[in-house]
Amino acid sequence: MTVFILKRLGLAFLVALAVSAIAFFLLRMSGDVAIAIAGEGARDVDIEAARRLHGLDRPPIVQYAAWLIETLRGDFGQSIFFKTDVLSLVWAKMPVTLLLGIMSLGFALAVSIPLGVLAAVFANSWIDRLALSLAVVGQALPNFFFALILVMLFSIMLRWLPVSGSSTWSHYVMPMIALGYYVTPAFMRLVRAGMIEVLSSDYIRTARAKGLPARVVIFKHALRNAVMPVVALSAVQLGYLLGGSVVIETVFALDGLGFLAYQSITHKDFPVIQAVVMLLSVLYVLLTLLGDIANAWLNPRLRVS
Amino acid sequence: MGKFNPGKVAAIGCIALAMFGTGVALAGKADNDIRFAYDQAPESVDPYFNNVRIGVIIGQHVWDTLVYRDPDTGEYKGQLAQSWRRIDDRTIEFELRQGIKFHNGEEFDAEDAVYTLNFVADPENAVTTQQNVSWIEKAEKIDKYKFRLISKEVFPAAIEYLSGPVVMHPDEYYKEVGPAGMNAKPVGTGPFRVTEYDVGKSITLEKNPDYFADSPKKQGPIEKIVIRFIPDRQTQMAEVLSDGVDFIMHVPKDQAEQLEAMTNLQVVSGETMRIAFMQMNSQDGTPSEALRDERVRKAIIHAIDRETMVKEIVGAGSRVLNTICFPAQFGCTDEGAPVYKYDPEKAKALLAEAGFANGLDLDLVAYRERNQTEAIIGYLKAVGINANLQFLQYAAMRDLIRSNKVMLTHQTWGSFSVNDVSAATPVYFGFEKDDITRDPEVRDFLKKGDTTISPEDRKAAYRDALKLIAERAYAVPLYSLPVYYVATADLNFKAYPDEMPRFWEMTWK
Repeated sequence: MTVFILKRLGLAFLVALAVSAIAFFLLRMSGDVAIAIAGEGARDVDIEAARRLHGLDRPPIVQYAAWLIETLRGDFGQSIFFKTDVLSLVWAKMPVTLLLGIMSLGFALAVSIPLGVLAAVFANSWIDRLALSLAVVGQALPNFFFALILVMLFSIMLRWLPVSGSSTWSHYVMPMIALGYYVTPAFMRLVRAGMIEVLSSDYIRTARAKGLPARVVIFKHALRNAVMPVVALSAVQLGYLLGGSVVIETVFALDGLGFLAYQSITHKDFPVIQAVVMLLSVLYVLLTLLGDIANAWLNPRLRVS
Repeated sequence: MGKFNPGKVAAIGCIALAMFGTGVALAGKADNDIRFAYDQAPESVDPYFNNVRIGVIIGQHVWDTLVYRDPDTGEYKGQLAQSWRRIDDRTIEFELRQGIKFHNGEEFDAEDAVYTLNFVADPENAVTTQQNVSWIEKAEKIDKYKFRLISKEVFPAAIEYLSGPVVMHPDEYYKEVGPAGMNAKPVGTGPFRVTEYDVGKSITLEKNPDYFADSPKKQGPIEKIVIRFIPDRQTQMAEVLSDGVDFIMHVPKDQAEQLEAMTNLQVVSGETMRIAFMQMNSQDGTPSEALRDERVRKAIIHAIDRETMVKEIVGAGSRVLNTICFPAQFGCTDEGAPVYKYDPEKAKALLAEAGFANGLDLDLVAYRERNQTEAIIGYLKAVGINANLQFLQYAAMRDLIRSNKVMLTHQTWGSFSVNDVSAATPVYFGFEKDDITRDPEVRDFLKKGDTTISPEDRKAAYRDALKLIAERAYAVPLYSLPVYYVATADLNFKAYPDEMPRFWEMTWK
């Protein structure tokens, strides 16, 4: 187990390195960074000043190496746009994104587990099909569009919830639904498939034969086993939710890491982009690792292989 | 055209639903506050360290300048300066107003002005828009309320720059905290002071109770301005529809027109100083030899129906231009310049004469107002020019222009709201890197205009330059771009060409 974890940690480091390099060079390929930093309409003096100030006159590979060395030392540098320390900026925005990610995951689970169970218990009935349709819609709708539908309904028509911002709990409700809905189908299908498999197994038949009420059979005996893979998937999906919050945070002007990423990309604020990309990729790999460990722990058969 | 745009559908849906909405609460009005949403945050609140519109808006509310340009009459009035006079071609002497206090209690005097001007003029201090300050050589104190400003060269537009981006900082505080501290806790003399600032999220300005009564920026009844940064256009619209904010700007024309149906909202459009035009690369080494032929360039101008574009897609407040500058700018004129009417037949004839009777393929780069670019492509197609569109980010487009890899461009230029031709035409025709025509005669006229003190001689020099650019068809002057504001119906406000919402003069009905 220790070797497995160490190997995966090493892999996490390599992934972060590769992602940071890709992000770094993609940004440079998308146009002259000095022109972008100097802003629309900047004249020669401004562009050249920006180039010198941020060391953009050096070859890209040298710039990358310099960035990497500083970062490994723990110095993420200064934000070009916000003119503050990158680490403290990213740190300040982190809680909003984490809270949103966890709430969305909670929402997705709260919706998908009952729906998945219903779909399995009433497999191939209209209930199953309805659950399936909900899943298809969730996967097919772009989340920014779904977000706007929520805004139309809850903010403009009913006036129950504020449109944007992050100052109270009510600001999180719509982003949570919009973001969580997108990952709901994956969980639902997993629960449904697991439940169908478990419900046809011998021990369930035995439990039923003992005359236990259906409620007990389904929730106490079957669901416990069927829900196991969901635990592992949750970790992976949380990683996805954290990374996927860029669009949702931007739509709802929720002041988190995703919003920061959007603003930094708009302004080619490369120290911040690099830090956010690095952080999110490390988080994603770590959560995947956590998912694998949870899987191995819950399912001893995996450990052998 | 005709493409499904979910965002737009949702926006229209929002409006449709809002029509059935409930009564309006008017939270801003009750407290004499204005809640304003803008799509991007400034990189720094210190006006010398940002180059975005919202930075200018905050700057003009929190700080003051030496001189104020009346947006209605164009007249220069003393703001922090009581009066000024030219000592020689490069020196202006300022007499300052007395008894003005900064938000931290520091008194404003010549020390502050001299320190600020010398600080920003020093390239070491890396002010973001060097263009605004690089003309300053130094400032020298004469006595407590008098100082002299010396420019590096003869710089006739000095007063215009001093009435715009060049604000005054408190010397003691600025020396102590620098630009970073000024960003964290801004201090100016302006009609509003910053009371809360959440980086990248929101900024709150409250009325400065000690503002000097003689200021040409007359303080109105508005107590507080809460500015929130909301990047998504649909979200901003939803906020204004659900009474979450009172004021938004830069709303796209089609969406603004939809909002006109709402009785609780008002839509105001106004012309801005931003001009749209097309460059045609005719310099040495151009990727399109055809563009070196004046007849081809004239054909392109004749091919585009600018009047119809203004009416149908650009919007109210816009006007067709005949020269490459904004008409209200000092020195901008179309006097004597040829006017190219929309005439596709003539365009075809000119192309045939130039040897392109069977058509011509050209690349066109653009970065904003894509619907307008597409209309232009349609007009060009009608006369046999196939324009291949490369729609890029601004930096990528500018990179191509500066490396001589473009044929046609669809450009815009806002002159940083500087009301003088020296901030516009020379950028594209004065042999700077964005100049892709490079005509030495044009350059010399512009240079003369930029460095002559006599207003009449300046005007004449710019007129000659602009006329020559038009005669030789170096660029396609298109139109000025309008801006659409959407606000709660009960707010009294006026739109100005410099895109500056003046909250200090707004009132609630």
